[in-house]
Amino acid sequence: MTIRTAITVNGKDTSREVEARTLLVHYLREELGLTGTHIGCDTSNCGACTVLLDGEAAKSCTIFAAQIHDCHVTTIEGAAQADGSFSPMQEGFRQEHGLQCGYCTPGMIMASTALLTENPNPTEEEIRHALEGNLCRCTGYEMIVNAVRWAAENPNFTSGGVK
Amino acid sequence: MSLVGARVLRKEDPNLITGNGQYVDDLQPAGCTSMVFVRSTEAHAKIRSIDTAEALALPGVLAVWTSANIAQLANCPGGLPGLDQPLLAKDVVRFVGEGVAVVVATDRYIAADAAELIIVDYEPLPAVASLSAAMAPGAVVLHEVLGGNTVHFQDFENPLDEAFAAAPRTASMHIVNNRCAPSPIEPNVCLADWGRSGLTLWAAFQAPHHLRNTIAQYFGIPQDSTRVVAPDVGGGFGAKINFVPEFFLTALLSKEIGKPVKYTQTRSECLVAMLHGRAQEHDATVAFDNDGRILALKLTVTQDQGAYPNGTGMGLPVLTTAMAAGCYRIPAVAISWRNVVTNTTPVAAYRGAGRPEASFTIERLIDLIADETGVDPVEVRRRNFIPVDAFPYATHSPLAMYDSGNFAGALDELLKHVNYDELKKEQEKRRQDPAAKLLGIGFSSWLEIAGFGPPGSLEAFGHLASWESAQVRIQPDGSAIIFTGASPHGQGTVTTYAQIAADELGIDFDRISVKHGDTAVVPQGIGTMGSRAVAVGGEGVKTASGRVYENAKRIAAHLLEASAEDIIIEDEKFFVKGTPARSVPWSEVAWKSFQPLELPGGMEPGALDSTVFQQVPNFSFPSGAYCCVVEIDRETGGVNIVNMYLVDDCGTVINPLLVEGQVHGGVAQGIAQALYEHMLYDPSGVPRTSTFMDYLVPAASDLPGYITGRINTPNPSNTLGAKGVGESGSVGAPPAVVNAVVDALSHLGVKHIDMPVTPIKVWNILEGAK
Ligand code: FES
Ligand code: FES
Repeated sequence: MTIRTAITVNGKDTSREVEARTLLVHYLREELGLTGTHIGCDTSNCGACTVLLDGEAAKSCTIFAAQIHDCHVTTIEGAAQADGSFSPMQEGFRQEHGLQCGYCTPGMIMASTALLTENPNPTEEEIRHALEGNLCRCTGYEMIVNAVRWAAENPNFTSGGVK
Repeated sequence: MSLVGARVLRKEDPNLITGNGQYVDDLQPAGCTSMVFVRSTEAHAKIRSIDTAEALALPGVLAVWTSANIAQLANCPGGLPGLDQPLLAKDVVRFVGEGVAVVVATDRYIAADAAELIIVDYEPLPAVASLSAAMAPGAVVLHEVLGGNTVHFQDFENPLDEAFAAAPRTASMHIVNNRCAPSPIEPNVCLADWGRSGLTLWAAFQAPHHLRNTIAQYFGIPQDSTRVVAPDVGGGFGAKINFVPEFFLTALLSKEIGKPVKYTQTRSECLVAMLHGRAQEHDATVAFDNDGRILALKLTVTQDQGAYPNGTGMGLPVLTTAMAAGCYRIPAVAISWRNVVTNTTPVAAYRGAGRPEASFTIERLIDLIADETGVDPVEVRRRNFIPVDAFPYATHSPLAMYDSGNFAGALDELLKHVNYDELKKEQEKRRQDPAAKLLGIGFSSWLEIAGFGPPGSLEAFGHLASWESAQVRIQPDGSAIIFTGASPHGQGTVTTYAQIAADELGIDFDRISVKHGDTAVVPQGIGTMGSRAVAVGGEGVKTASGRVYENAKRIAAHLLEASAEDIIIEDEKFFVKGTPARSVPWSEVAWKSFQPLELPGGMEPGALDSTVFQQVPNFSFPSGAYCCVVEIDRETGGVNIVNMYLVDDCGTVINPLLVEGQVHGGVAQGIAQALYEHMLYDPSGVPRTSTFMDYLVPAASDLPGYITGRINTPNPSNTLGAKGVGESGSVGAPPAVVNAVVDALSHLGVKHIDMPVTPIKVWNILEGAK
């Protein structure tokens, strides 16, 4: 069975005829070619697939594309600022070496971005708690925590359009 | 300014933080199809029949294969002859997760649907899911040709009976080193495209040339038209050096159906099909005097090989026993090991590969000696350290010729951060207060063998050689491209190599690119494993850059009508020392290096292009001193790490930021092994931890912050002085954590707890003591 779904992704309207069971993460990766959103598990534990759904962090492997008709999704490809500068969170990950292999990183950045929207100045403990649903096998997390703190401390970061 | 040693931000990051990384699953060539496995649900069974009719009839299905379709093919490379794993199980399955059939379909949903329609009729056989079950008299035999389940037994050369009989004191321990699933967040993924011009395999792999050479050999096709590409790889930790059936099956199926075939492992598959690590049991006996001085050590390692032994798995107990004595001067050491097959996932390298097991046991023994003699654990360590003036130090093992270190120095540095006396007082106080959490302090003075390795070392694990390749190519504008045979998957090698080359060449860091991971592009290489990327590969970059720089100086001298010995470089300008006003820029030297008429006599175009196959004379020996402070909740048995102090000696540091990252990541995996992770099987061989719901990879909230320090004894085997740091944390952390927990509970008579130290284990101890 196929269903037509219309989703706004990174500010652009997308509309596709999809199988009812198509997961959002596959819609993003395979229909739209937005491969920055990753898949790391099949039990909704790892958070590699985290995107923003109407501004809140959501695991795109747990959502059917057809379920979110008319919703707004932001993926890592849409995380940068309008002038092309990295977002404060992206820059924080770079500055604080918050990534190694980079596989968990898009999900981490999206989850951390959602955290700062809710709580612009989180403590270390609040950050660790908020990122409980995002696994990283490489960094041991301390530098991810530092990256989120960096973003909290530099909310107005811009590279002046330099990407 | 020297870039080696500087905190330089990574070149890798801009792509990875914007979603522009390119992992294998991100590739979707035209006509790409999807392969899905049917994996055994039985630990040990005969296959009576496989019914594929319904699956084949499903629209969109392009092929369904069982062993019958590939009957003429050899088994999967990497195994031991006669004990190796078929690409798809023939007649018998030997572990849950073994591939039984594969489906290729136009998309992954259809392939998964079809896999569900395949009916495998099993006749269950008795299974052995543990070492004790496999070695019990009358146990079912996995491989008829063996006649039993022991693959290999290496007895003591001399069991040291006299030394033990004469010793004032002895103590023994049986230690289980828990089986772990490496679990990179990107599971195994590969994509094969076998067309008229040859085979290309994109694979999440740590050693692309190793795979290229093997796959070409396996199919009997020339290596020139076989290409393996490891693009961005989402972590490896040793698990992505193994040859697994998926690589060969996607290739064959691509040839068969004439389309690209992709395989993307699910996490649940990854936990049972990606090779496991550790899975050793140790029987250790130590002889010592009343002052805690060690007189002799005897260690038997029993290695669980899983169902199909492989070369790396067989090498694990060799490395463990080689490093049995750790950083201690032990007059007599006897080692023995045994490799045993069980109905479980095969075992191979996992971050540290054999060395974490060694450091865990010797560091537990040190604390046992402290407990028996009443000498403080820190003091027992000091009394037994190999002193700084003893290098090179020959051990009981010909593999391990320690060349440098300062074990007492690292411990001194550690104790500057740890308020040990205060902590001990606090521990005593809390023991008296039933409402307070118990406190424990654990140390580990660890040493590992890394920087693989001298000629012959990796060959023993089936690799072509033990050097690493580096090619430095100057472009006509004076920028440089470096090609390396190392194959990074998170280490930041692109950045560190550019730092090394920038210093050697005098070229700006931003004008240096590093290419890796494509056998059609880089010279024959070996790969990234065994903490070798800097100690061997980085040294190669330095050597090749140095050679290019010498030739560049000759060209500059020719252009300046001076002598090459007098030329120096600053800000990418060559000039005669003392006369910076008359200079020639790198860009001009580079441009002219391609023009025969501009070159000094005897020099030919291409002089600024150098390829090196860097050899090293010895392994490297990173070491360090760690301290873990834990609190234990008396009600729940929960262990909480309060502080983790880490002093590393990895020799020269190229980039402190990246070293810090490697230490943190390794320590996180070490803590995970100590407290959380355990790949568990029930007695019938069914895995109990085959999803991320039950296999507990820790999250940010499960791990502490880290307090790091450093000492530096340079590696004498390379001119950089770097030893490697990728595996250090996973070697050093587990004993520190467990020593801390045992210390917290020592007043209850606790001598040892096997990993992972779960709340229930601790709770049982606390309850038992009530
Ligand atoms: S892929 Fe969505 S949580 Fe793991
Ligand atoms: S950076 Fe590799 S999993 Fe997080």
